[in-house]
Amino acid sequence: MNLVQFFAAHWSEIMRSAFEHIRMVMIAMLLAAGTGIPLGIFATRWRSLRAPVLGISNMIQTIPSLALFGFLLPVPWLAERSSRLAIVALALYSLLPIVRNTYAGIMGVDPAVREVGRGMGMTGAQLLWRVEMPLAMSTILAGIRVATVIAVGVATIAAAIGAGGLGEFVFRGVAMVDNQFILAGAIPAAVLALTADFTLGLLQKRLQRHN
Amino acid sequence: MNNPDGSIAIQFSNVTYRTADGRPLLAHLNLQVLTGETLVLLGRSGSGKTTTLKLINNLLACQEGQVIVEGKSTNDWDPIRLRRHIGYAIQEVGLFPHMNVEKNVALVPQLEGWAAEKIHGRVEELLALVGLPPAEFRRRYPHQLSGGQRQRVGLARALAADPPILLMDEPFGALDPVTRADIQREFKALQQRMHKTVVFVTHDVREAMFLGNRIAVLEKGALQGVYSPTEFLQSKDPVVAEYANVLRSEMEFMQEVRKASR
Repeated sequence: MNLVQFFAAHWSEIMRSAFEHIRMVMIAMLLAAGTGIPLGIFATRWRSLRAPVLGISNMIQTIPSLALFGFLLPVPWLAERSSRLAIVALALYSLLPIVRNTYAGIMGVDPAVREVGRGMGMTGAQLLWRVEMPLAMSTILAGIRVATVIAVGVATIAAAIGAGGLGEFVFRGVAMVDNQFILAGAIPAAVLALTADFTLGLLQKRLQRHN
Repeated sequence: MNNPDGSIAIQFSNVTYRTADGRPLLAHLNLQVLTGETLVLLGRSGSGKTTTLKLINNLLACQEGQVIVEGKSTNDWDPIRLRRHIGYAIQEVGLFPHMNVEKNVALVPQLEGWAAEKIHGRVEELLALVGLPPAEFRRRYPHQLSGGQRQRVGLARALAADPPILLMDEPFGALDPVTRADIQREFKALQQRMHKTVVFVTHDVREAMFLGNRIAVLEKGALQGVYSPTEFLQSKDPVVAEYANVLRSEMEFMQEVRKASR
């Protein structure tokens, strides 16, 4: 049986795993952006937060992904469902690029532009939402883009704790020493990563147009 | 000048400003800006002219003395109200790169909650005033404008909410000499109609002479004196005389060139 026949035979299974995979990554990215962007903003507002926020997100990223899944296993609510645990682990893992780029994006806004905004009578919040965030957006999106591509890859390991996704094929293939199974997980995962990278890249380019 | 009662718009009384590390940038400044006049702050880089300007709209706060704007110390003004009451135009980087011309100009009226229609009308009026046909320029982004056009937009934006006071920090500094002369002429004509209280920072003595009703000379953080253009040329003060000499030697050089070409 060649690879094309193999894909055809397992098509519905592959699609189901791919959707599980996408679902995990998307929820994890929403969580990561929802916490990482505010954390990055806070770090620019209160200088004393900068070192701990960046340090901790940096530290999380140094934990090997499999170990991070393992560490979270004893956590009560998380461990009830393996996909829930996988999503939280992926979100934690994606925090660093998002926090760091939010911080860098806002700090990278020309101080003169910021001062003009203040000089025109903008409040801190108006400055943030009308000037700093729009100007930082393409940098923040670049962080989300990197985080997403990494998360698509790391999500394959979630299968090790039974969270499903395309990693199931990979793990099965490794156990059975069957390359076709491995490829049935790896190829769609690669396609997903490239698609995410391309789409977010387009969005980023659109935002960059006038800066 | 439109100031029959000689009222004072801005007053510095014994103002000293130090940086965070204690270095004084401005020492014991006493200065009055009259309502409706154009006061030029002339000085070299590091003389404290931009610092002086930023003390007026409370972008900086002085440690000693006080700055009084329209009868009220800047410490007692709500900084947001104060700043929206004062137009602010600076060199080159002043426009927001992610907003088109219309949005840049409309910013303060928008913050002030004007109705959309009123804002739209005001933007058209202002762009026409600074010589930019609205239909052509409204939708352009700053990077799609020439240096001169950007400065015109910057001026329109500073005027948007019709503030009685205008602060300008080398607004024409980055322009080529021809464009610069054009804008200076237009600004002077505009000011003769508007009668705003203008504080204008420059290091260019010709610009100071051309635009200023009075010229305040700053040197190393201290006020050297305030002069009308005529007084300025006749001053015996060594610092002022140096500026006047620059003008004089330029004029002499021009005369020589003219003589030689006959």
